[in-house]
Amino acid sequence: MSRKAFLSANEAAAHGVRLSRPDVVSAYPITPQTTLVEKIADFLADGEADYRYMMVESEHSAMASALGASMMGARTFTASSSQGLLYMCEMLSYVSGARHPVVMVDANRSTATPWNIYGDQRDAFSMRDSGWIMLFVESGQEALDTVIQAYRIAEDPEIMTPVMVNLDGFTLTHTYDMVEIPDQETVDRYLPAFRTDNKMSLSAPKTLCQTVGPDFHTEGRYLQQAVFEKAKQVIAGADAEYGRIIGRSYGGMTEEYRCGDAETALVAAGSVAGTARVVVDELRRQGKKVGLIKLRSYRPFPKEYFAGLRDRFAALGVIDRSISFGFEGTIYSEVKACMYGGTKTALGNFIVGLGGRDIPKTQIAQMYDKLARMAAGEPEKEIQFLGMRWE
Amino acid sequence: MIEIRWHGRGGNGAFTAARLLGHAASIHEGKAAQAFPSFGPERRGAPVQGFTRIAEQTITDHSQVYQCDCVIVLDETLCDAADTTAGLKESGVYVINTARSAEELRADPRFSDIKNLFPIDATQIALDLLGAPIVNTVLLGAAVGAADLVKMESVEMAIDDMMGESLRGKNKTAARAAFEKVKEVRRNE
Repeated sequence: MSRKAFLSANEAAAHGVRLSRPDVVSAYPITPQTTLVEKIADFLADGEADYRYMMVESEHSAMASALGASMMGARTFTASSSQGLLYMCEMLSYVSGARHPVVMVDANRSTATPWNIYGDQRDAFSMRDSGWIMLFVESGQEALDTVIQAYRIAEDPEIMTPVMVNLDGFTLTHTYDMVEIPDQETVDRYLPAFRTDNKMSLSAPKTLCQTVGPDFHTEGRYLQQAVFEKAKQVIAGADAEYGRIIGRSYGGMTEEYRCGDAETALVAAGSVAGTARVVVDELRRQGKKVGLIKLRSYRPFPKEYFAGLRDRFAALGVIDRSISFGFEGTIYSEVKACMYGGTKTALGNFIVGLGGRDIPKTQIAQMYDKLARMAAGEPEKEIQFLGMRWE
Repeated sequence: MIEIRWHGRGGNGAFTAARLLGHAASIHEGKAAQAFPSFGPERRGAPVQGFTRIAEQTITDHSQVYQCDCVIVLDETLCDAADTTAGLKESGVYVINTARSAEELRADPRFSDIKNLFPIDATQIALDLLGAPIVNTVLLGAAVGAADLVKMESVEMAIDDMMGESLRGKNKTAARAAFEKVKEVRRNE
């Protein structure tokens, strides 16, 4: 029987880890990830889990240990945030290139300087090309469910690629909500034990994490790209199967909310998608035809989905909690690229929620107002920082 | 949706009370609830806030609380450090730990406009019943009595679920005492 508990998203994610039955957890604490790895340690201390918990001296070592454990065929977990993620950056591409299906949680937090422990998504997006599948969640429940789904995706024999599950620092990690915790037997039916030949073995010795020179390197990268294309179906399939066995699913790579007859829509990733739902409901009550697209998978990016939106809305806006300096909001660039070939849709980018600044409902309503103006052909800047102190 | 703000000091249990209330509403009454602290580093003794939201339908709102139906102040010296009445709705309920009476408080312009003002000497109740000046569950009982946020039985079950065995009985007694005291005040109004 599943049970209900009032948990923070960090605690919920820790339950997701416990239910995934990892063999090895290797972690170094950092705000706002700390209570997640503490809870994983609590399960072990309380006899509710039997993984090997490695307390390492740094994030670099956390990911290196995760790689080593995965090379022995162990199901492996780690978590980090911000500077910690940057510090383990070198190891991220080792893990992905050697095709080890490690799962990690990134408790999204800004990066220094200026020093800031609060939430935005700069840390994750700086790992864009690390070769990791990157998923974003909206709630504690989705955090628990997505950690379990992440193992199913990562360990799929055709994928064998690590997955990073992103939870907004504080707005999710430290917010308590009612979460349904599935029972172990049901999760076991969804997530079979990890079996791989891509491991060290005395009976079948092989080289792992090998050097590949110019003669084969391009072919290896071509295959990684092919895996990410294939992962689009696998992410959708893993989510749908989770719905069939455990009873909840989240739309795969994207979820549309009240988009059916919408004239304008916003794209959002993470907890701000939840706040935007409330705003959409309120504006709908006022008769405004607005919708929301929740982006759940950033890598692979749902290119075909967004290309299919080309002329569907009069105006489409993207909420970004990060910006690529000298260009655009990080998600916006991708959405816009999918529209290549021409679109009648007016596009706009809203940069908000940096370094933990709140994204109030009034600010999201303001975005929809701006989209309505753009749809009517009125002038609006393409890329806007909202809620500035001097406004 | 009901939105509640707790004012406390780091280490005095304001956020635990916010969680107890959310737990009571969601786990024991089948409502939706959310609880979160003021985000950031935690320092013992520094002013902190906690928040609880309670609603009939799922809560997806992850923005901060700007309008409150209820404000609870665990330590009256906080009124000098923060604007504890900010965003309190006209119909809102204000519960404060103080030895002063409602009349005495109303002489202070900061409190004179509050319609539903509930002072309670929570420190004395805590000293009498818990043997220590830990007032979070006392104020939780008082707030439930003042604003009917959840049933008192749900609070008692939440205390059973969330607190260690040695603390449960005392805290339930203290919370119930404050609840009854506030109910008595309301009956006499």
